Amino acid sequence: MSKGRFGQHGGQYIPETLMNEIHHLEETYEHYKNDPEFVQELDTLLREYAGRPSLLYYAEKMTKALGGAKIYFKREDLNHTGSHKINNVLGQALLAKKMGKTRIIAETGAGQHGVATATAAALLGLECEIFMGKEDTIRQALNVYRMELLGAKVHPVESGTMTLKDAVNECMREWVSRVDDTLYVLGSVMGPHPFPTIVGDFQSVISREARVQILEKEGRLPDVVMACVGGGSNAMGMFREFINDESVRLIGCEAAGKGVDTDRTAATMATGTMGIFHGMKSYFCQDEFGQIAPVYSISAGLDYPGVGPEHAHLKDIGRAEYVPVTDDEAVNAFEYIAREEGIIAAIESSHAVAHLMKIAPTMDKDQIIICCLSGRGDKDVAAIARYRGIDLHE
Amino acid sequence: MNRIKNAFENKKAFIGFVTAGDPTLDKTEEFVLEMERAGAALVELGVPFSDPIAEGPVIQEANLRALQAGCTTDKLFDMVARLREKTQIPLVFLAYANTLYKYGYERFCEKCEQVGIDGVIIPDMPFEEKGELAPIAKAHDVSVISLIAPTSKERIQMIAKEADGFIYVVSSLGVTGVRDNITTDVESIIRSIREVTDTPAAVGFGINRKEQVHEYTSIADGAIVGSAIVKIVAEYGEDAGEKIYEYVADMVSGLAE
Repeated sequence: MSKGRFGQHGGQYIPETLMNEIHHLEETYEHYKNDPEFVQELDTLLREYAGRPSLLYYAEKMTKALGGAKIYFKREDLNHTGSHKINNVLGQALLAKKMGKTRIIAETGAGQHGVATATAAALLGLECEIFMGKEDTIRQALNVYRMELLGAKVHPVESGTMTLKDAVNECMREWVSRVDDTLYVLGSVMGPHPFPTIVGDFQSVISREARVQILEKEGRLPDVVMACVGGGSNAMGMFREFINDESVRLIGCEAAGKGVDTDRTAATMATGTMGIFHGMKSYFCQDEFGQIAPVYSISAGLDYPGVGPEHAHLKDIGRAEYVPVTDDEAVNAFEYIAREEGIIAAIESSHAVAHLMKIAPTMDKDQIIICCLSGRGDKDVAAIARYRGIDLHE
Repeated sequence: MNRIKNAFENKKAFIGFVTAGDPTLDKTEEFVLEMERAGAALVELGVPFSDPIAEGPVIQEANLRALQAGCTTDKLFDMVARLREKTQIPLVFLAYANTLYKYGYERFCEKCEQVGIDGVIIPDMPFEEKGELAPIAKAHDVSVISLIAPTSKERIQMIAKEADGFIYVVSSLGVTGVRDNITTDVESIIRSIREVTDTPAAVGFGINRKEQVHEYTSIADGAIVGSAIVKIVAEYGEDAGEKIYEYVADMVSGLAE
């Protein structure tokens, strides 16, 4: 069995053409991850450019209004480019430079990862091409223009369901066509080894900071740590440093779309089965013959038929729990946190906020929840308006 | 008995590919027989998959047409069983890992043996991962065909040593599709393979002209043509049979001695 396994999940299910390149990436990462100079360089970028550490914010009004556990938000929405994606992208773009690459490519769903990648490429002087489902280029037109402003070329993907999974397909096809000068900067804790590990490591800065911050503020660990899950990168970032703290409940909130009992859903943990896709063994939404299902969510960032292998493993061993959250619940939470806390959170993050609103009131006042606000919601405002029947276009 | 070796016995092999179920499974049956009549030595049947990441636009669209026409793994096995009453041409599946995994490796290989599929080519199952399938396939006399790519370099001999059936030498970087120029030094890849194994090697990806068939069968044991044939199916649909026969006959005439 190959490397990069999380229990039965993970692996390297990719075309032979990419194997040497993937091994090269693995070796480069193993070399640099503990290289003091590389660590220093990345740390400086995260502090001076991305604005880390991100705040751990005590949401006093929401805590009082919901009448239960103390609520903290880890404010990844305040990072440069507006989401947690920058944490991983700066790391991978630096790796690309170390590997002698001159060009990076990436998939994007909501556009957050695409914008972050285009940003890092601009900063580090790399050529950048982004693959985005055509459907998503329409849902997130502003982000397309943002990427172009940053000097990236955006390819609308017209195959399949024209969403995130198809963007990943197209990225893999592009990478197979041009591996010499190009690194695929994968945006989530998914794909073939070593991507789930690399992305998880780069994102773990979220929980490393949060753990220190909560101990400073409260003098103890939280009872619940939660985040939304598509591929699962902000959730893995939020979970990682708490995995060994057995008293901390880990909750991932996935997109149920119109509901897990409908076919308009993207809830992989609730409705998926084991499979092999996009380079990894994990859970996927698929039919009895293994055809990948056309998933749906209001959130372009969670609209993905699979989930990262480390999450699949955390589910198998019962260390993390995963719950589905519908479009309706997420939109309500989007509006609620805006009114209550003055924070416009991404529709992706609003899935976690929605579940938080369910569990906080059931918990004691001396208990603590940390919820990751993975991104800001400016990009979603027009879509939410349309969801509410207001004819607003960007 | 596995039929793959018959394809390479004392001759160079032309290998044709069609996506199964495009436009219908009945037509696939006919297309295979036309290819055999035209002199193809082995036929690859593409098992339609929703997300074929190794394919270019031509075969992607064929996958979509086949799925929309209702092709499933079960119906495909039934078709092969019918086809086997009419021909003993070596047949291999080109399938994505999830198709086999979801069906169950044991159940899939048992079915292959039962209906007469001689091998499987799995573009997203590299050397490092084939261990979970290979012993099961072997027990059912199904060859797991190894791929070697232009980027394989020091991996070539590692892969070739364990190869079974034949070796699929990928001529170019990228996805499947017709190409004007192939720049890879295929000859040195073949030389490297020859140093460690007698398993036949066939070259594929980008081949669509008789001259290319000649060129590659001069240095390798076979030439594989996919997208060019699938294009004929896309253009002529149900009436593609005769056109496929003409095209394959022409390609076969390009085989080296």
